[in-house]
Amino acid sequence: MRLGLVIDLDVCVGCHACAVACKEWNASGTTAPMTDYQPYGAEPSGVWFNRIRHYEVGEYPNSKTINFPMSCMHCEDADCVTVCPTGASYKRAEDGIVLVDQTKCMGCNYCSWACPYGARELDRESGTMKKCTLCVDRIYDLKIPVEERQPACVNTCPAHARMFGDFDDPNSAVSIEVRERGGYALLPELGYNPTNQYLPVRKAKPIPTENLGKPGFKEKLKGFANRIVKR
Amino acid sequence: MHPAFSVIFFTVSSGAGFGLFALLYLADALKLGGGLSTNQLLIAGIIGLVLISAGLMSSMFHLANPKNAWRAFSRWRTSWLSREGVFAMVFFPFAVVYLGLTWLGMKEFETLRMLAGGMSMLLAWITIFSTGMIYGCLKTIRQWNTPLVPANYLLLGHFSGALLLLIVAQTGTVEVSSYLNIVLALLVFAAALKAIYYFWIANPGVVSTINTATGFTRARVKLLDAGHTHGTFLTQEFGFQVARQYALFLKAFVFSAGFLIPLLALFGMFGTLTSGLTIIVAIMALLGLIAERWLFFAEARHVVNLFHGAQRC
Repeated sequence: MRLGLVIDLDVCVGCHACAVACKEWNASGTTAPMTDYQPYGAEPSGVWFNRIRHYEVGEYPNSKTINFPMSCMHCEDADCVTVCPTGASYKRAEDGIVLVDQTKCMGCNYCSWACPYGARELDRESGTMKKCTLCVDRIYDLKIPVEERQPACVNTCPAHARMFGDFDDPNSAVSIEVRERGGYALLPELGYNPTNQYLPVRKAKPIPTENLGKPGFKEKLKGFANRIVKR
Repeated sequence: MHPAFSVIFFTVSSGAGFGLFALLYLADALKLGGGLSTNQLLIAGIIGLVLISAGLMSSMFHLANPKNAWRAFSRWRTSWLSREGVFAMVFFPFAVVYLGLTWLGMKEFETLRMLAGGMSMLLAWITIFSTGMIYGCLKTIRQWNTPLVPANYLLLGHFSGALLLLIVAQTGTVEVSSYLNIVLALLVFAAALKAIYYFWIANPGVVSTINTATGFTRARVKLLDAGHTHGTFLTQEFGFQVARQYALFLKAFVFSAGFLIPLLALFGMFGTLTSGLTIIVAIMALLGLIAERWLFFAEARHVVNLFHGAQRC
């Protein structure tokens, strides 16, 4: 089994709900705590497993804003595990999830240096490295209804931009989506073979903003209605 | 990369210590300049051990959770950091046996003494190499992912170690010129390699860009919002940048304090050697090496910066 996430960049609306849900679930999970530094102070900061960045692609006016969630890619060739001197970082043979044993970590930051995706963050409170667990304590919990045995980020995403599944199974939803939509990995040239895949933004017809022509009867009626209705 | 002083001190200090110890054994085995006296061997050996121990202690200060540091010896089969620790620890018993037998000076143990010394020399080399490979093996930092890095650690460690050995050699009756020649040879090689390294990192070649990082390879990509309210661990650890003019100034300092001034001073001293002057030269060179190590960290650009808006790394 090779568990991982598919993130649909075409669908992600950049609401940060996945990051918040992740923080909520994992703050009481196996790698807790996830410390916040100065949460109400001048320089709020803290530990997160999942971060959403926003990029502009292309030149205005033909540009597009793309929301870009990133968490641990659970790489096939995970250097973070190889470089760890204490054996705290490990990759589970049975499902490919990369985890940090909090009782073994000495907080040397070396794994975070080896990770190109910034998936690992040191918790200054516990002095140990924290990272996405793919909600390992959730996806295997038999007390949770079957359809909810997914990572918190996948469960919560209001736009359904995230999918969770087994990439080793060619008939799983994630494998099919990646195959049909041209899913890709980040920084492929570094050779980490990340499990998580991204679905590209679909080509969409541009919505014209100028030279729109004269409004027809329907548009005139709408304009009239808009003017008389007090807003 | 954020230059942590504990790591800078660790690499400079333990590098000099291991370099000193390896050269000490070579000088002893080859009876260089007539051979160092027992006292000189012991003093140099102890200086080496103190530098190594101070360095290793300092490396503990950058751990966030040092109570688990003992576990760092367990993954020597995959991790260069673990190998560094293991080899450094294996070095100590051999070094202590070598110095102890030197102190006792018993002829019947001479073979054992030389064997222990030879082993400690080998382990010193392997340990410096491992220290360099801690950085050299990281694919995420192009400025480090090169064989030049362990070579640089080896040469700078031996250069600074040779300077310290010269100071010790000057205190006795030994013929000093061969020790001076070793310093000068190592100086030239270390400076040349450092220059090669600086030229090499100035020309990026094929690198990861913001396009390969995001997968949007057909258009210009610009960061709109990093998605956090203030700096994160990632920006603190990897976001450090050194301004170009400071880097140039520091490189000038590295070469003048680390190599040029020692070179001129040592050439001037060929006739009138005083250990006082050599100590000043050694302090100067070590300051140059600390600047070199600071730049080594500060100029390294981690690929994660691409996600924070850097166009290339």
